[in-house]
Amino acid sequence: MSEFAVELRDVVKEFVTPEGNDLAAVNHVTMQIKNGEFFSMLGSSGCGKTTTLRMIAGFEWPTEGEVYIEGDAQGRKPPFLRPVNTVFQSYALFQHMTVFQNVAFGLEMEGAQKGDIKKRVSEALEMVRLTGMDRRYPKQLSGGQQQRVALARSLVKRPKVLLLDEPLGALDLKLRKEMQLELKSLQKEVGITFIYVTHDQGEALTMSDRIAVMSRGKVLQMGSAVEIYERPINRFVADFIGESNFLDGKVKSVKGDQAIVRIPVWDEELAGGLTDRVNVGDEVAVSIRPEKIRLSDKPVPDRNCLEGTVVNSTYTGSDTHVYLDVRGQRLKVWEQNRVSTLDPHAYYQEGQKVWLNLMAENTLVLPKD
Amino acid sequence: MLKRLRENKSAQGTLLIVPTLIFMIGMLIIPLLLTLVVSFGQRSADGGVIYTFSLNNYIRLLGFTTDCPSGVKTCFTSLYMEILWRSLVLGFNTTALDILLAFPLAYFIARARPKWRDTLMFLVLVPMWTNFVIRVYAWMMILRDQGVINSLLGWLAGLIHVPFKPLDMLYTPGAVLVGMVYEFLPFMILPIYTSLEKIDNSLYEAAADLGASPFRTFLRVTLPLSMPGVVAGTILVFVPVMGTFIVSDLLGGSQVILIGNLIENQFLSARDPAFGSAVSLVLMALTIIVTYFYTRKFGFGGEIVA
Amino acid sequence: MNPYRRSPLIIASTILVFFFLYAPIIVLILFSFNASRISPLFTGIITKFGPYKLVNENVLQSPCGPFHWFCDLTKNTEVLSAARNTLIVAFTATIISTVVGTMAALALQRYNFRLRTFSQISLYIPIVIPEVVMGITILVMFSQLFTYLNTSLHLAGDSQLSLGLWTVILAHISFMIPFVTLVVQARLQGLDKSYEEAAMDLGANEWTTFRRVTFPMILPGVLAGALLAFTLSIDDFVITFFTNGPGSATLPIYVFGLLRRVITPQLNALSTVWILIVLIAVSLTQRFESRQK
Repeated sequence: MSEFAVELRDVVKEFVTPEGNDLAAVNHVTMQIKNGEFFSMLGSSGCGKTTTLRMIAGFEWPTEGEVYIEGDAQGRKPPFLRPVNTVFQSYALFQHMTVFQNVAFGLEMEGAQKGDIKKRVSEALEMVRLTGMDRRYPKQLSGGQQQRVALARSLVKRPKVLLLDEPLGALDLKLRKEMQLELKSLQKEVGITFIYVTHDQGEALTMSDRIAVMSRGKVLQMGSAVEIYERPINRFVADFIGESNFLDGKVKSVKGDQAIVRIPVWDEELAGGLTDRVNVGDEVAVSIRPEKIRLSDKPVPDRNCLEGTVVNSTYTGSDTHVYLDVRGQRLKVWEQNRVSTLDPHAYYQEGQKVWLNLMAENTLVLPKD
Repeated sequence: MLKRLRENKSAQGTLLIVPTLIFMIGMLIIPLLLTLVVSFGQRSADGGVIYTFSLNNYIRLLGFTTDCPSGVKTCFTSLYMEILWRSLVLGFNTTALDILLAFPLAYFIARARPKWRDTLMFLVLVPMWTNFVIRVYAWMMILRDQGVINSLLGWLAGLIHVPFKPLDMLYTPGAVLVGMVYEFLPFMILPIYTSLEKIDNSLYEAAADLGASPFRTFLRVTLPLSMPGVVAGTILVFVPVMGTFIVSDLLGGSQVILIGNLIENQFLSARDPAFGSAVSLVLMALTIIVTYFYTRKFGFGGEIVA
Repeated sequence: MNPYRRSPLIIASTILVFFFLYAPIIVLILFSFNASRISPLFTGIITKFGPYKLVNENVLQSPCGPFHWFCDLTKNTEVLSAARNTLIVAFTATIISTVVGTMAALALQRYNFRLRTFSQISLYIPIVIPEVVMGITILVMFSQLFTYLNTSLHLAGDSQLSLGLWTVILAHISFMIPFVTLVVQARLQGLDKSYEEAAMDLGANEWTTFRRVTFPMILPGVLAGALLAFTLSIDDFVITFFTNGPGSATLPIYVFGLLRRVITPQLNALSTVWILIVLIAVSLTQRFESRQK
C-alpha cells in the first residue's frame, strides 16, 4: 500500500505532429498526490495538464515513465481496469439514456444487483442535490444540472481517485463560483482524492489543497495555494498566478534568504525575499503584487518608498485599480474600497501625486525563467 | 492474446478494415489490374483472350488499325477518335446545359423560406429516385414519331388545318442530349443548392448596403460562393455522361455511339474483351485526368456528400 | 429585402425546370391507363369493368377496369421473378455492406494504422470511376476466372461456374461499401470521443462500450447508410448488367430488355407501381427522420 493515491515517475508523453515532428506534450513529469487531498493542475492550454490527467485515467499511455495508482503500476491498462473515474469537460452524458440510467451505468458494469443499484443511485443523486430528476434525459437539464449528473455518475462508483477535467468551464460565473464551493465541500464529505485540471487560477486557488503549476509539459512549481501565490518560484509563475508588478534588476548582494537588487532604470536599490537560489550579478525580476503596495500622500520612512503620478484609475466595485507612472515605469496598485462613498474625489484623479510604499517583506526577488 | 490486442490500437484498426479491404482488393484492385493485363492481349477465336504483350489495342484506338480495306497493311481510321470526341463534347454540353437549368432553380429554393426549402428539395429529388431506365423510357415515349410531342403537334396542326409531318426526334444526337441533360439534372441541382444555401442572407444585405446592384451582387458574391457546388456538380455529371451507354443506346439507336456504347459493344457483340478492356482503361484515365485538372483549378467541391 | 428572389426570370425558369423534371413521369403514369394495347397514342382510359374485350387493339373492357395493365402485370412471371431477384440482391448486399462499411468507418475515424491511406484511396475509387469501367473490370475478372477454373477443374454443364445472382451480389456490395462508409464516417465525426471514454471510464470494455454507447449514437447514420445502399442496389443498372447471368435478371435489367423488344402499357404500369413504392418509402423515411429529431 503506497502512501500516495497517485504517483507519476518521470512520465513523458510524445505525440507526432501532422508535420511529422515529435512533440513532448508531457516532458518528464514527476508528482506525488496524497490520499484525500484536493490536487489541482493549473496552466494555460497546451501545457500538458489534460494529457497528464488522461494518462492517469488510461485514455493515453506514457511514452516513457510510469503511472502508479495506490502503488500499482498501471502500464498499458485500459480505463475500465483502473480504480479511478473521470468527470469530463463536456460531461459526456449518454444522451440516449435517462439520468438514472446514466448514473447506474457504472454500477451495471460492476455487475451490481438491481436493488443495490437503485439504492446507490438515489444516494448519489441526493448527494448532488438532483433527487427526482432520475427519469429526465440530459437534453432536458440545464448545464449546471448536467454537470452534477456527471459528478454523480462517477462518484456512485466510490473510486479511490476522482479525476476532473475542467468540469466547470461551461458554466456562467455565478454558477461556477457556487459549484466551486460545492465541489470542495463534497470532496471533504466523501473524503476521496480529487485531481482537478483547470486553467482558471482563481478556481485552483480557491479549491485546492495543493497546486501544480504547469507550462509546456513541465511542472514549474508544486505547493499549496498560499505557497504558490506568496512564494512563486520564478517570474513565470508569479506572472501566471494573480497579478504582479515586475522590475528588471541585477543582484547586488545576497544574505541568507534576502537579497539586494539594483534597478537600473531608477538607479535605486530594492530589498526583497528569495524563493530560489540566486547569485550576485544575476539578472532578476523584482516582483511586488499590486495589493501589497500602500499608497499615501506623504512619504513614509521605509527603505522602498517612491513618488509616482496617477495615470489612470479603474473602479471595480470592491477595489480601485490605480495605474501609476513611477519615474518612467508603470506600476499598478489595487486598493480596497473600505468606505462607501459617492464622492468622486475620494478616488484617485489623473495627475495626482502619491507616494508608493514598497515594503521589503512584500517584495520578491525572482529568477527569470 | 486479447490483452495484447487491446493494447495495440493500430492492430484493432487493421482488424476492422480487413473485410473492406477484402472486397476492395478482390472486386476492385484485382479486376483493374487484370483488365490492364487483358488490354495488352489479343482476341481469341472464341471471343476470349490470348495473353500476350502487345500495344495493338491502344494503337487501334488511336486510329491505326490492321483491319483495312483492299488488303492494305495498316491504315488510319478516325472512327475511335470520333467516338471519343463525340463523348467529350456531349459531356461538356450536358454539363453546361445542366448548370444553366439547375442554377436558377437551386437559387430559388436556397432563398425561399426555410420551411418551404425542404419540401421543394424533396420535390426535386423525387424524379431522381425513380429508376434510370424508366426515365429514359419516358423520353422514348415523348420523342418518338407517334409519341407525345408529335401527337400534340399533329393535333394542333389538325386544328389549324396545316399539313404535318412528324418531327424526327428519336434516334438523333439531340435526343441523346435531352436524355442526358434530364437524367443528370438533379445531380447538378443538389450540390449547387447546398452551396447557395450556405450563403448567409446578411451577405446579400451587406452587398446592397455597400451599393451593389442585384446583377453585381450575383457576379461578385453569389457566383464565387457557389463555385464549390458547381465544381461538385460538374464532376457528378461529366463523369457519368462519359460512361453511360443506355441513354445513347435507347434514345440514339445505332446513330449515336459513345465510348460507353463502344465498350458495351466490344464485350457483348464484338466479343473482343482485349480491345474493350483497353477502351475502358482509356475512359477511366480520361475521367481521372479531367477530374484532377478540374479540381486543381477550381478546388475540390466538398459538396459531394450532400 | 430580396430584390433577386422575386425576379420574374428566376421564377419563370424555376417553374419551367420543375415542369421539365416532372413531365416525363406524368406521361409515364398517364399512359399506364392507356386503352390502346400497342399504340403510343393515348386513346383513352379503359372505363368499363367486365370481361376482356379488344377492338382494334383498344381494350374497351377489362375485369380490372382502368387498372387492366396493373392486373396484367401480376400475371407476368418474368416481372415477378425479376422483382424477387432485385429484392434478394438488395437485402443481402445491404446487410453485408452496412456491417462492413460501418466497421470501416470506425477504423478510419478512430484508429491510425499502416494501411490507412491505402484503404481510404481504394474506397474513393468506386465513387470516382464511371460505372461502366467498374462493371467491365469485374466482368473481365469473373469471366477469366471462370474460364480458368472451369477448364482446370474439368467442370461442365450445371456445375460450371458462371455469372449469376451471387456475382451480382458481390459486385453490389463492392460499390455500396464506400457509400456506407462515407455516411457513417460523417456521423462519427460529429460524435464526441468523450462518450466512449466515459463509458470505458465507468467500467465498460470495448465491446460493451460499442454496444451500449457508440452504436446507439451512430445508429441514425448507419440506417441512413443502409438506406442509401439499398436504394443504390435496387436502382442499379450498369454494374448489374455486366455481372448478371441467365435467370438472375433484376428489374432494371428486365425493363431494359423489354425496351428492346415489345412495349406495352404494362411497362408503364410497372413504372407507375415502382414510382409509387419509392414515393411511399421515401415519405416514410422523411417522417421517421423528422420524428427522430
